[in-house]
Formats: sequence, C-alpha cells, structure tokens
Amino acid sequence: MDLDKNRKLELFRMMLLIRLFEESLEEMFSRGILHGTMHLSIGQEATATGACLALDKEDLITSTHRGHGHCLAKGAEPFRMFAELLGREDGYCRGRGGSMHIADLSNGNLGANGVVAGSLTIAVGAAQSLKMQKKDNIVLCFFGDGAVNEGSFHEALNLASLWQLPVLFLCENNQYGMSMASKNAIAGGSIVKRAESYGIESSSIDGNDVEAVYQSVLTNKKEIISNCKPRFIECVTYRYRGHSKSDRNLYRTDDEINFWKEEKDPLIRFTSKLLEENIKKTDLEKIESEVKDEIKSSVKKALQSPESSQTNLEEDSYA
Amino acid sequence: MPEMTTGQAIKSAISLCLDNYEEAFLAGEDIGIYGGAFGVTDGLLEKYGEDRIKDTPISEDAIAGLGVGAAITGARPIVEMQFSDFIANAMDPIVNQAAKLHFMYGGTIDVPIVVRGASGGGTGAAAQHSQSLESWFCHVPGLKVVTPSGPQNAYDLLLASFVDRNPIIFMEHKLIYKIKEDVQLNTIPKTSELLGKGNIVREGSDITVVSYSNMVNTAKEAISDKKLEKYSVELIDLLTLSPLDVDLIISSVEKTGKLLVCQEAVGDSSVGTTVISKVVSSDAFTKLNTQPRLLSGLHSPMPSAKHLENKVIPQKEDIINSIIKMVENG
Ligand SMILES: Cc1ncc(C[n+]2csc(CCOP(=O)(O)OP(=O)(O)O)c2C)c(N)n1
Ligand SMILES: [Mg+2]
Repeated sequence: MDLDKNRKLELFRMMLLIRLFEESLEEMFSRGILHGTMHLSIGQEATATGACLALDKEDLITSTHRGHGHCLAKGAEPFRMFAELLGREDGYCRGRGGSMHIADLSNGNLGANGVVAGSLTIAVGAAQSLKMQKKDNIVLCFFGDGAVNEGSFHEALNLASLWQLPVLFLCENNQYGMSMASKNAIAGGSIVKRAESYGIESSSIDGNDVEAVYQSVLTNKKEIISNCKPRFIECVTYRYRGHSKSDRNLYRTDDEINFWKEEKDPLIRFTSKLLEENIKKTDLEKIESEVKDEIKSSVKKALQSPESSQTNLEEDSYA
Repeated sequence: MPEMTTGQAIKSAISLCLDNYEEAFLAGEDIGIYGGAFGVTDGLLEKYGEDRIKDTPISEDAIAGLGVGAAITGARPIVEMQFSDFIANAMDPIVNQAAKLHFMYGGTIDVPIVVRGASGGGTGAAAQHSQSLESWFCHVPGLKVVTPSGPQNAYDLLLASFVDRNPIIFMEHKLIYKIKEDVQLNTIPKTSELLGKGNIVREGSDITVVSYSNMVNTAKEAISDKKLEKYSVELIDLLTLSPLDVDLIISSVEKTGKLLVCQEAVGDSSVGTTVISKVVSSDAFTKLNTQPRLLSGLHSPMPSAKHLENKVIPQKEDIINSIIKMVENG
C-alpha cells in the first residue's frame, strides 16, 4: 500500500526535526551550555520516525539512552525537551532526568532508559497491563543491538511469547554497542534467529528506509492485535556520531562512516525518492524552513524557562 | 617519581599485575580498543593482546560470573563494571556466589577477584550512572570494599586488592580519575595488609572528619579554606570501607571529642551510619563533647541538572559550615 502524500511529508518533517534537534544539541554542547553527556541518533532518524508515526497516541513505547528521536516522533514538544536538557522547570522531568531519561506519558512514552536492556521486561509488564485492560494497543519496545546480550533480553522475550503479550520488540541494530561491533558480540550472528527461537515472528528490515519501517510497524501492530502474540523487528541502521561525547571512534573506519553518510542516509534517500515521485522541491524547502524556525524558537523559549526548582528533592523521590 | 593521574596510576598497577602474573587477565565492556569508558585501560590491548584484555558483550552478570569461575580455578581476574551502577545486573555472582564460596565450602575455595567500577556523581550523568553504592557491599560478609581517593592510594590499593585472596569491590569515583600527583611506583606487595587501614590525611585536635572516596578531596579543600584557619581539623581517609579501620577512627575521636562524617552516598544505612555507631558504642563515647554528625548526599536519586546535582552532593561550603557549627557549639 502506497502512503498518501501528506503522510510522506509528515515522515520527512519528523526525520528532519530529529536531525536538526540533535544538531542543535551538539552545537549547544560545544558552546558549553549543556552539562553531562548525550547519545545522538543522527543517521538513525528513519527508525524512530517510521516506527512512532505508525503508532496511535494510545500505543506505548519504551525508549533507550539514545532516545531523543523516539521521544520527538511520539509527539514530544522540542521546547520541553530542550528545557529538560538545560535543567529548566519546563523540562519534561523538571531537570531531574536529562538527556537519557525523558518520559512523556501524555504521548504514550514510558521513558528513555539509561540501562542497556533495562526497558525490555518493563515493556513486557506494560503489555500485560494493556492485555488486562483489553485495549487494542501495543507496546513498542526500542533497544539496541547491544541489549540482546543481556540476560533480561532473553527473559523478556520468553515471557512475552509464553503469555502472548501485545509487545513489538524493535531492535535498532546500528551495528555497534559502544566500541563493540555486533558481529563480534552476538554468538550465532543473527538477532532475528534469537527472537524466532522464542517462537516470536520476526523480520529484519532496512532501518534507514523510513517507509519500510513505517509499513512494517503498521503491519506488525495489526498482527499483534489480531493474533495476540508479540512480534520482533530488527532495523538495520548506523550511527554517525561517537557513542557519546567521550568517543574517539577508534573502532571503525572513516570510510565506513562516510559510506553510510553518503550512500545510506535516511534523509537524503527519502528526499530523492520524494522528488522522483514529483513532490515539489519547494514543498520540501518550505518544511525545512518551518522546522528550522521551530527549533530556533524552541531553544529560545527553553533558555527563557526558569532553572528547575531545587527544593523538595528528597520528597520528589517518592510518590 | 612520575606524575600521573589516578586513571594512569590504576593502569600502571594493573600492568604490573599483568606483567608479574601470567594468570591475570581483564574482562569488561569497551576495555580494549576504546580504552575503557574513562580511559583507564587505554593501551593495554596493544600491550597484552586479546587473550588477556577481553572485551565483553554487554553482559554484566556474565562478566562477574566468569570472573568468579576463573578465580576459583587459578586465574586472577580483574573485571570492570563500566559504571558501578550496572553492578546491579551482576549482584548474584558477586553477592550470592563470590562472597559466600569460601565460607560455604568450608574454606576449601578462595575467590581472588577484583571488581572495579566507576562510581559517583558530579558529571551530569543522572540517576542511573552516578550512584555511590559502596555500602551495599559492606553489608555482605566475605566481600572487601575499597575506595581510593587519588593516584598514589589508588595505585597501592589496586596492588593490595590484587594480591588479596578475597573478592574485592573497588569503587573508583569518576572525579578522581583526572587528579594528578607524583606516584611512587612499587613492586607487587607480598601481602594485602594495606587493606583495612585508613589514613590520617591531616592531623588536628579540634574535630575528627572522616571521609572516603572523592569526598576526601572536597574535605581537603574545605579544611584548607581560610574560614577554617583557626581550627585544627583531623581528616581521615578511610580508603577501605570493609573491613573498616575502627581503631584509627576511635583513637582520633578520643583525642578531638568530635566526629563529622562526610560522604557523597545517601545517608541511611551507610558507611557513615556505621562509623558513627562504632564510635558511640565504643569507649570513645564518653570522650564525645557534642553529638556526631553525618553529612551525606540527599535521600534522592542523582538529578541530571548541574545545580540540582550540587544540591544533592555535599559541597565544600557544607563541610565548612558543619565544622564551624560543631566546633563552636561543642
Ligand atoms: C547495563 C548497562 N551496561 C552498560 C552500559 C553502558 N553503555 C551505555 S550504552 C552502551 C552501548 C549500547 O549499545 P546498543 O544497545 O547497541 O545501543 P546504541 O548505543 O548502539 O544505540 C553501553 C555499553 C549501560 N548503560 N547499561
Ligand atoms: Mg548499537
């Protein structure tokens, strides 16, 4: 099924928003305005965008340490995300969470998680909850290739399959877990085969093809709801930036990085495709300038937000 | 004596162990070509090769567990938890296995393993990458817990931890890695007698300040501040938290009559509460002329924003104010 033009433009806009959001974070970081570290998903925008735009607002996601894209694509406001990273009162978590821990329950985002594989069993629990509530919604659980070697990955898949829970496991295989190439870390070589061994229907797709991701998540969601069984998608993608701010990129070559940037970039590829389909260049340029303005005004507004409150930190630790 | 950062000093000590014990090896995440998340193992892969510097998948349970299995069969593993928070994923091999085997099997098995991990806040890494969980391990018989505060003691303590026959939890606060000092390089000690010994950083007679890990560095700055010029403060760096150097603390408090414990970790059921309980239940109790005080991190997870982090972690000013209050009112 071909997507309609408006949907395509929404996918384009969201990928661009994620890209420019993170580039602007990078710029603020280099000016010393941001404290701490962060994990950028530049190059991986198609996965977050395709996956989240295929969901309804009532569908839930769990996210990772590299979660800015998931969060934006699930509907978060850039202003409140910037405010969070800047430690401001208007931030999604009032400056307590920061880059690695944004949750946005109003849009079904159960939160980014700093612990690798930390959200898999949580997603299973959320799916159990949806099942008990007899809802026609799913939990989409994002995690990286690095997570599949943690014990909790296996415990989560096993239970989700046994209990027939409405969860879509989505592995963003960007081919490295920090400096560890996934081919050197994953015995047996295949993530999908691992998932299949738990009786879960699984597929591997091009995670840099935003339409492919969108369609796959849409179809998988339908199947999960009608068959009441979990499903698994591996999205093959690539991260351009270092793992975090301390990375010297010694474990991969410039040629490899440049190949992905030049030949496989999700935005470049999708732009050419849209132009081939006779979408006007001016339409895309208009979106680009709107997104740029949105980022600019969001940063400005975030910088005007007051510093987050220092009182009640101990009380804030409990419900 | 070469000048080194704490990170370099730890690497030097590790190298000495690898040079002298062919059964020694390292395992952990990104310790090879990446050089460790904090650069501690930088260059070791080139020097010792893949058979001894073993990059692992992200599998903390397996990292600790394989260390235990290797240690009980003649190898000498030094394993790394990239951030000590992730030791939560490795609690079974450490707490239920490593700590228990020697006793449970009637003394027939030793578990000489060192588990290193980067601890503490102040870097904006937020709630899941900033904790000071050392007291968890003090609660477990069979484990020893070591917390260096700078290059020389980190070097010496790593060597002592390596030669000890027990499982050691070695917590390296992230903010000590870049501290520099001239380091006296030694040979590998015959015994681990250094473990369990605190150090008097500065002698004094008005008040005893007990601290450990990076908070010792904050305390050093505090007691060197002009505002405390007229006070004579004795500062003790515990260095090993389990077993604790109770005698050193008690004899200091008997002299000063006042005890302030400063730590970054949350206060309840912590090293600080143990130190205070040891003192008040000892003969030093009658020498106290004011109630002991614990200055600890707030009872809160670590926030990400800088200004909130500074609120949760005791700062130099907080230590200065506590000292003045205790000496003036005591
Ligand atoms: C349990 C745990 N172990 C180690 C880490 C440190 N760490 C953070 S991200 C990361 C790599 C994760 O790789 P992957 O899951 O592939 O995600 P990516 O970073 O590639 O997006 C590591 C080792 C962590 N956060 N949590
Ligand atoms: Mg990865």
